[in-house]
Parts: sequence; C-alpha cells; structure tokens
Amino acid sequence: MSQSAGLSKTGVIKKQSHKQRQSNVMRNIVLLGIIVGVILPMIPQLLWSFSFRWYFPSLLPTELSSRAWVYVANPNSKILESFIVSLIIALSVTAIGIVVGVPAGKALGMYKFRGKELIELIILAPTIVPGLAVIMGIQILFIRFGLSDNIVGVIIVHLLPSLPYMIISMAGVFANYDPQFEEQARSLGANAIKTFYYITLPVIFPGIVVGAMFTFLISWSQYILTIMVGGGRVITLPVLLFSFAGSGDNAIASALSIIFVLPAIVILIVTSKYLSGKSGGMGGFGSI
Amino acid sequence: MSKRLTITLLLSPAILIIVTLFIGGFLFGLFQSFGYMPIIGQHDMSLDAYRNMFTDTKFFGSLFLTLWISLAATILTIIFAIITALAMRQTFKGRRIINFLYQFPITIPHLVIAVGAMLLFSQSGMFARIFYALGIISDQSQFPILVYDNLGIGIIYVYLWKQIPFMGLIVISILQSVGNDYEELARSLGANRWQTFRYVLLPLIVPGILPISIICFAYTFGSFEVPYLLGKPFPAVLSVLAYRLFEDVDLNARPEAMAMAVFIAVFISILVIFYKKLIKRITGRT
Repeated sequence: MSQSAGLSKTGVIKKQSHKQRQSNVMRNIVLLGIIVGVILPMIPQLLWSFSFRWYFPSLLPTELSSRAWVYVANPNSKILESFIVSLIIALSVTAIGIVVGVPAGKALGMYKFRGKELIELIILAPTIVPGLAVIMGIQILFIRFGLSDNIVGVIIVHLLPSLPYMIISMAGVFANYDPQFEEQARSLGANAIKTFYYITLPVIFPGIVVGAMFTFLISWSQYILTIMVGGGRVITLPVLLFSFAGSGDNAIASALSIIFVLPAIVILIVTSKYLSGKSGGMGGFGSI
Repeated sequence: MSKRLTITLLLSPAILIIVTLFIGGFLFGLFQSFGYMPIIGQHDMSLDAYRNMFTDTKFFGSLFLTLWISLAATILTIIFAIITALAMRQTFKGRRIINFLYQFPITIPHLVIAVGAMLLFSQSGMFARIFYALGIISDQSQFPILVYDNLGIGIIYVYLWKQIPFMGLIVISILQSVGNDYEELARSLGANRWQTFRYVLLPLIVPGILPISIICFAYTFGSFEVPYLLGKPFPAVLSVLAYRLFEDVDLNARPEAMAMAVFIAVFISILVIFYKKLIKRITGRT
C-alpha cells in the first residue's frame, strides 16, 4: 500500500516536472525575445557612429573612422553646448516639477475634497491632449511676453507635458502614506523639518525618484515644443539630432543618438530599483 | 489651518501652471481658429477654417492613418505587455539583468529608436543587407517598404518598443499585488494553464491596464516626433499636418492649423470620455 502511494507520488512529480520544463521553455523564448528586442534598435547606431563608408549590401562598415566622434567633440559643431543646454533645461524642469508636484500629489493622494474629480481631470488633461495642440495657440503670447526664443520659455512649456507624471507618481505614494506616523513623530517632540526628513521623505522617496525621472526624460526628449517656443534659437540635443536624422548623415546622427541616450542610462541605473513593483514608485500609474 | 486652505495651497501652484498653459492655449487656439488674430489686424470671426478642413480629403486620410497607428500600437502593446510580464514575474537565473534590460526602453527617447528603426528597416538598412546576404532578395528595392510606408509600420514599431515595458511593469505590479493564491487555487481545482490564464489572471489584469491603455492611445494619437521622422509626407498624421500649416509662411494658413489643433484636442477628449464610460460599464458588470 505504502509502496504504491510512493510510486504514484513520484509519478506526479515526474509529470509536473515535464510540464514545468515546457513552461520554462516558453518563458525562455519570451525572455530571449525581450533581450533581442530591446537591444536590436540600438545596434546600428553603435556601428554607424564609427563608420566612414558603409554602402549596401555590406553587412559591416567597409571603412572605419572616428569622423563622427571628432565632429561631436569639436566645439564648433555646438553639440556639447547643446548637450549642456538640454541638461540645464531638463534639470530646471525637474526641480520646478518636484517643488510644485510633490504638494499637489500630497493633496490628491491624502485628502478627499469637493471638486477633486475636476482637479484630477485638469491634471490628467495634458497626458491626453497633445502639447502641440494647445501650445500652438499660446505661442503668440510667448512672443508677446518675450518668452519665445529663450530658455525660460522652453522651461515653462516643458512643464506642461511633464508635470502630470510627477503629480501622478506622488499621488500614488501619498495614497499609501499613513499620516499617523507624522502625528506620532510630532507628539514625540520632532519638529516639522525632522518629521519630514525622517518620517515623510523615506516613504515618499520612491515616488519622487520615479516622478523626477519621468519629468527629466520628458523634457530631455522634447522636440516639437522646444522648436515652437525656442524658435530654432534654443538648440537642444533633440533639435540637432532631428536635423541630422533628416540629412542622411547616418554616422553623425548615430553618434548624436548615443550621446542623447547616455543620461537616460545613468538615470536608469540610479532609479531601476524604484521602478519595479515592490517600492511602489510606479503604483500611481496603475490607478489613474 | 483649515483643511480646505491646506489643500488649496498644496494644489494651486501646479493647477495654475497647467490651467494657464493648457486651458489658455486651447482658448487662444480656438479664437485663432475662427480667424480672430488682432496682431495682423484680423477681427472678423468665421468658420471658414473648419469648413476648409472638413471638405479636404487630405484631412480624412490623415485622420484614418492616425487612428490606425494609435489603435494598432495600443492593442499590440497590451498583448506583448501581458506576455512579457507573465514571463518576467517569475524568478529565474539572470533575472536582475533581464529586469534592467526590460526597464531600459522607458528611459530611452523615442527619437533614438526612430533613428534605429530607420537604420534597421529601410531598404538600405541592416535587415535588407542581411536578407541580401542570405540570398532572399537580389536587390534592395525588393526589400519590403517598412519605413516611410503607407501603414506606418516603422512608426508603430517605435511605439511598441517604448510602450511595452511601461505597460508591462504595471501588469507586473498588478500580478504582485494579487499574489499567487487565486492561481494556485484554480490549478488545484484542475484548471489547466490556459484556463488559469484566461479565467483567473486575465480578468485580474485587464481592469488594471484599461486606464493606462487610453493614455498610450492618446499619446500615440497626438505625438509628433516619430511620424515626422519615419512617416510619408502624404498622408501624414494629424499632428504633422497641423504643424506644417502652422509653420506655413502664409499667415492665412494659421486659422486652419488652429482648427486642426482644436479638432485634435476635442476629438481625443471625446474618445477618452467615451472610453471611460465604457470601462465603467465593463468593469462594473464583472
């Protein structure tokens, strides 16, 4: 009796492991697809940026050259300058985004109040209606008030598409935030600054990181709003990349792409752990 | 401090910025679409711009192309997001590296991938070269047109690359918050893997991603950069068409550009409101 039970038991285990293997194969195919799929559209830029001649149908560049990189590093090409301009704009947008977005996220995440749905609608509106469609109308005012053709106007206009993402991230973390901890800290004698630093900040930090990341990246990759308000005077990296991508100079377009991606990679390394579900940095986006 | 005052103070800076730029921009665009442009001495209002727009076949070609691209991109994003999320949530060797790779597209600007798509899929691109080397094609003109094409395949590709992980991470967080209990229960009751997925996991995932999928759709509908770079000059997507009218040296094209901008804003808003009502009905019933 016990022997037959033991047999059937091993039979079940064998059957399960067979099915398990099948599911592992499927999973590995999907994972391989992820690896190849993600890397694929970035390989040509790496090759092209070092190529001098690369005519069809050669599989690899026929002649290598550092021309594109020399051009990028040359101060006359203004590429490094545009990198700095992009950086100043994106960092300013992020700083303003945090200062303005954290309180707004707190209001939306922690309180129930009359008219909340309307406020949420206003904040979400720029994620639905493209910036192009509304900035087109207001561009004339930017010219009037001297905000066009300069960095200040570009920073202001970049806030429109990015601010909602900051607020959504913050509303997400504040929704899970228990204000009683704050009260307890205060009742134990901590002042407002200490309470914020030791109690509030650690809880909301993942939201700030994810929100800041989105804000920075939206500003960093913005092209059309920069062109409309910057009028071709504010030369950011995307503005240059766009003109080279259209010009057919694949080598320089590729080198620019790689430079354009660098901050994104640094940011991902810093923020990676906050993006995965557990810390809740992305939580706000599931409950829009 | 009263609660009401606290909330007002917390919200007002953000609301002020968004309302000024968004509502202000919309209203100014609306007035200009009626031909009201005091700066160049135009005070008469008319609906001419709208009449011109709605009688133009170019406009409808653009509208259908835009709808097609955003719909295809959104549906394919949802499908691939679910497939990849199901594979990613388990523990396996090298999970950390693949997890990092999976998040990678979220931070990469669309433009970079648009350039990549151009270099990969054009008729002189990497794939055409590989096909030639394998003897599948004997001339580059035989390679299918995948960028600057009629169906916007190159454009859709870029959106998929960007959006799948974004939605996938949301699916993963939904699956994590649900846990394995329902799934194990279904399996112990004799459901096979497909049934468990179809009747247990899918109904848990779908309500969670419906709201974000409309944001994907709306983003694709209005975005400019990728179709500007990878699209055909004609038909172009709506935002590209509107921008071309906007930068026309002839200021008489301005009202039509604004009419198109107003159309984009109103059309997408109506779609979203309609969609939200639909979601409520679907998720309310189950």
